[in-house]
Amino acid sequence: MPSPSGHYGHVVRVAVLFAAAFLAFLLVRSLLVPPDFGRYGFYRAGALGDIAARPVAFAGETRCAACHAKVFEERHDTRHASLHCEACHGPLQAHVLKPELKPATLDPKQPCIQCHARIAGRPAFVPQVVVADHSGDAECTACHQPHSPKIQSQ
Amino acid sequence: MDESRRAFLRDSAAFIVLTGAASVAWEHVLAGAPEAAPNYTATAHWWGMVIDIDKCIGCGNCVRACKAENDVLNEPGCFRTWVERYRVNPDDPDHPIVDSPNGGYDGFPELDASAAGQKVFFVPKMCNHCANSPCTQVCPVGATFDSPDGVVLIDKTRCLGCRYCIQACPYGCRYLDPRTRTADKCTLCYHRITKGQTTACCEACPTAARRLVDLKNPSDPVHEFMRTHKVHVLKPQMATGAKVYYNGLDGAVR
Repeated sequence: MPSPSGHYGHVVRVAVLFAAAFLAFLLVRSLLVPPDFGRYGFYRAGALGDIAARPVAFAGETRCAACHAKVFEERHDTRHASLHCEACHGPLQAHVLKPELKPATLDPKQPCIQCHARIAGRPAFVPQVVVADHSGDAECTACHQPHSPKIQSQ
Repeated sequence: MDESRRAFLRDSAAFIVLTGAASVAWEHVLAGAPEAAPNYTATAHWWGMVIDIDKCIGCGNCVRACKAENDVLNEPGCFRTWVERYRVNPDDPDHPIVDSPNGGYDGFPELDASAAGQKVFFVPKMCNHCANSPCTQVCPVGATFDSPDGVVLIDKTRCLGCRYCIQACPYGCRYLDPRTRTADKCTLCYHRITKGQTTACCEACPTAARRLVDLKNPSDPVHEFMRTHKVHVLKPQMATGAKVYYNGLDGAVR
């Protein structure tokens, strides 16, 4: 029959094993969890900065006005006055950063059709045409100036 | 006996005061500003969106702008925002017919004669940036979260691609990016709004049907708009605290 101290030895060995496993867990955990995890909540705080660091593609209207004030003047009392430049011209941050990078010339039809083709569901406040009946194969810009779309009487 | 009772009361009081102080301190920790954006205080904002159904003309500009701004694949199912066209039969408003060809990226076709007599309108959809978002609650690794300024974001370096969040979103606003095999969604153009710009979809919208709003900014016109218009969120019964407010939303919209 083993002595009481022998039993005590078993318990100590198991306890040491558990302690070592727990320490190993803490070590592995500290290596795997990013140091800023949990600073603001259950996520990596640095992710906010990472996501915010993405470069922008659309420059925004104020950047256009800095150089192209004349166009803004041209269209200020037209029906296209409230449109943002990049609604038709597309994302132009690259052009803002490097003005010599000229934006592509717009298709003379496609940007107009996107808003002005007659389709079910389009609210009546937008002027709409059945393109085939209205102009056939002709380009919209043959008659309409996009910055001042209403045809002036001759 | 008296001595130990006194000690018990003293220790209890100390415990209550200390835990209270710790929770207050933790609130301050949570209220910190995000790193790498020194001119932007996250806790000064609470972002949302107002969408005016009557102003949406179904041009698809928002869908194209979003894909261009955020490098979203032009593939089926990969949308951070998309536009649906609802056809509601007045005799059967519970069963609307919805079409959204390629999310509205290429615009919408004219409908055939069967649409005559039906109520037809466009509904732009996007992440609702819920205050109590079901999608962030299911993430097992803390890869998706609510930012201090009310935007639901994904940390792509931690996402496992387990798709729990995609299933949890009641609005179907998440997808799996096939390139990285991680979940992806609308960030409310977090890289733009932290620089003081509006989102790409709002920038490209020709009729201002979409407007980014800061619900914490007292001078934002949204407060006047919400007071004078009847706005509604999608699926309020889900209690998600959705922050995309629709003006003129029809009851048929799901």
